[in-house]
Amino acid sequence: MSWVNAIVQGILIGGFYALFACGLSLLFGVMGVINLAHGDLAVIAGYVAVVLVPSTHLSMVWSFVVVVPIFAVGGYILQRTLLQKALDQGAFTTLLVTFGLSVITENALLENFTSNGQSINIGNLIADSWNPNSTVSIAFINVVVLGVAVVVILGLHLFLTRTPTGRLIRAVADDKEAAQLSGANFRHLFGIATAIAMATVALAGIASGMQTEFFPTSGTANLLFAFEAVVIGGIGSLRGTLLGAILLGVAQEIGAQINPSYQILAGHLLFLAILALRPQGLLGVREAI
Amino acid sequence: MTSSLLSVRDLTVHHGQLCAVRDFSLDVAEGEVVAIIGANGAGKSTLLRTMAGLHSQTSGSIALGGKDLGKLRPDQRLAEGLALVPEGRRLFPSLTVEENLRVGTHRARSGPFDIEKVYETFPWMLERRRQPAALLSGGEQQAVAVGRALVANPRVLLFDELSLGLSPIAAKTIYSILPKLVDGGMTIVIVEQDLGLALQAASRVQCLLEGRVVLEGEASGLDRVAIEAAYFGVGTRAGTSL
Amino acid sequence: MSVQAAPAPFSLEGVRVKRSARPTAWLLVPGAALLAVLAAMPSLVSTANTDLLVNVFILLTVSAMWNLLAGYAGMISIGQQAFIGLGAYSVLVIAMGHVSPFAAIPLAMLVCGALAIPISYVVFRLRGGYFAIATWVVAETARLIISSIQSLGGGTGKKVQGLSGLSPKAFTYDTYWAALVVAVLAVGGSYLVLRSRLGLQLSAMRDNEIGARSAGVRVDRARRIVFVVAALGCAGAGALLAVSQLQVQPTSVFSVQWSAEMIFACLIGGLGTLEGPLVGTVIFFVLQQNLSSHGAWYLIIFGSAAVVIAIWLPRGLWGSVVQRTRLEVLPVGYHIRGAKQAARGKASG
Repeated sequence: MSWVNAIVQGILIGGFYALFACGLSLLFGVMGVINLAHGDLAVIAGYVAVVLVPSTHLSMVWSFVVVVPIFAVGGYILQRTLLQKALDQGAFTTLLVTFGLSVITENALLENFTSNGQSINIGNLIADSWNPNSTVSIAFINVVVLGVAVVVILGLHLFLTRTPTGRLIRAVADDKEAAQLSGANFRHLFGIATAIAMATVALAGIASGMQTEFFPTSGTANLLFAFEAVVIGGIGSLRGTLLGAILLGVAQEIGAQINPSYQILAGHLLFLAILALRPQGLLGVREAI
Repeated sequence: MTSSLLSVRDLTVHHGQLCAVRDFSLDVAEGEVVAIIGANGAGKSTLLRTMAGLHSQTSGSIALGGKDLGKLRPDQRLAEGLALVPEGRRLFPSLTVEENLRVGTHRARSGPFDIEKVYETFPWMLERRRQPAALLSGGEQQAVAVGRALVANPRVLLFDELSLGLSPIAAKTIYSILPKLVDGGMTIVIVEQDLGLALQAASRVQCLLEGRVVLEGEASGLDRVAIEAAYFGVGTRAGTSL
Repeated sequence: MSVQAAPAPFSLEGVRVKRSARPTAWLLVPGAALLAVLAAMPSLVSTANTDLLVNVFILLTVSAMWNLLAGYAGMISIGQQAFIGLGAYSVLVIAMGHVSPFAAIPLAMLVCGALAIPISYVVFRLRGGYFAIATWVVAETARLIISSIQSLGGGTGKKVQGLSGLSPKAFTYDTYWAALVVAVLAVGGSYLVLRSRLGLQLSAMRDNEIGARSAGVRVDRARRIVFVVAALGCAGAGALLAVSQLQVQPTSVFSVQWSAEMIFACLIGGLGTLEGPLVGTVIFFVLQQNLSSHGAWYLIIFGSAAVVIAIWLPRGLWGSVVQRTRLEVLPVGYHIRGAKQAARGKASG
């Protein structure tokens, strides 16, 4: 039993969860949309990588180069076509539509790829690790993913606060109509926000696919973890999302130390505890509405 | 009649089944200030919002400089030169004062107004420019909202209830810049509940009641009693219909 | 009767407020006949068909509950399977105490209704989409906790005790009637809830929450009641599952697939009408029976239908019918009769 290792692994896993969560957080902050198909989209990214990348002669390690742009463009199109129509009908409809999309996605993947697991083969890189002592093992890929997650979240923060487009997105998130009156085309900006969110989803799916096997039904777990990370950290705060993701990972790993089958349950219990005791999350700035 | 800059013809607007504006027509020449007055629910805000493109009209037309705006989105109308300062100011609360202004420059036309000019017009804003807009007082927020519209260099400025929620002094202060804007070539349409401010600022007045124009004329030539009668619909059929 | 001075535009004389429009009255007789036929079903059809009907009743129950939650109380839950599973396991546990599983059904419902109360305090901290996912987390938490309890069968499940002594015929009949009763209670229960003061409060909340609060509606309490009622219904469905399947298995009773099915049934039938879940459930089973050989395709089709209907036909199939006619089999609104006559009377008087 190594508690230190559990905490270290938990922090590293937090990187993956943060990547999953930041897209969910962004979409909700800007458009008020909870995309119930979020996790499934990450799984699709994994399948796209497995299907497309081998024919490009790129090593699978670089699969995100192919998949992320596809997802960004796809996200923009999805928003401008289907999601905007659902949004025009209201948050209720959007939830139902994304739920429908989730069911369609999982079953379509099941039909097409069967229930066998897939993974993105990065060869020996998966095994590379640094072992500072006999109980702690830090996998190279996990560190990279955590680094990417931090960079992405920092980048998102800078994008929103320092760039003109980011400023417009914040304005649209605050008050869509007033932003229109000030010259913003909010549908286009929603499209950009979705494109960014989908890019992060693709990254998350690929990172996850490199680290472990994924299945058509893996989307559910992804969604729940992303959501728990956002709520634990505090809705409305990107840094909160990163913190929440790390805490979730740590809770899960500690649970696993107690009993391997308690791993996911531990995360759920932490989430429910935060809901019961501190509903605004640790760094939350907005109500969970 | 000189060719008007803003031309609204027989505009009819519905909110679902309710007719909010009925056969409204207005011609505004360049450099004019027109006030649209009327009680709550008379349709004034709906009128401005429709002109700005936030609401679609059932029938009628809106033209700026001869160009029909009917199919344009609000941001496109801003690019054509029609700006609305909405009721209740509607600043972006999570943005700073300067960020609010910068949003306004996004689709700005060329013209005399930029952020520096806005700071000249409202000197106090320069020091407060990094403050979150939500922390400002009502009057200060109104000034920022006006500034946000100005930096886009519109040809026609629509003001919806500029004095709403402001103290009398703050309202007077904000209205004091209107003449400066007009001197600079701006054309203005104001919707205002405060009769005194409206009659002072405008050269022409139209009074709306239940969506229809019931009185119009030169501000100086209108009789107070006649205005009040039109405002409240006393003595007309409109006040008792279903 | 002449009117002078300030004219009253509308006289209320002769106006009555009724709960239903005229067509409804004509449907009562066929409705009662249908119920009688349904009750007699086991003696009329084969066991396979009775089993099918049991499943229809189960889906109808949970759909009626979801309709209450989403269509009337505005709460989208994707975690009702928590109560389906808890209901099933309650039967399992109660039956282990040598109580007849059939008698355990109402007990299970009560237990889960009670459990719903503390759960509501936690999940009500969130709204909208976040509430939805939180309900899912609750379901997953329940599943994981129960899966770790070996005496309940752990991850593989356990048989329900007390059923092996029954003759196949008695089992079929009893299960069928239990299912029919639960379904009638579910639909009938929602009908009563909606016709009560609570129903009026819910309509007010649905239209304008702040307005409803200022009119004195206790919004949180109203929502909680609906949440608990929905838990009761779903627990009943879960209890039926336990009995009809003869065993309880965590991955099947706590599956999110239940949410998918109840949502689709409600959406396709029509949210916010009582008949919607009925229509949707029937359509669901008709399609499922015809498409079951195509594997996961029927779910893809349902998902697509749900997406299309949510955007382009938001009132579902039945809701669109209601819009055109004033047909309500189970009326929950108000109709004003006599208004036209009153207006005419005034004009001529």
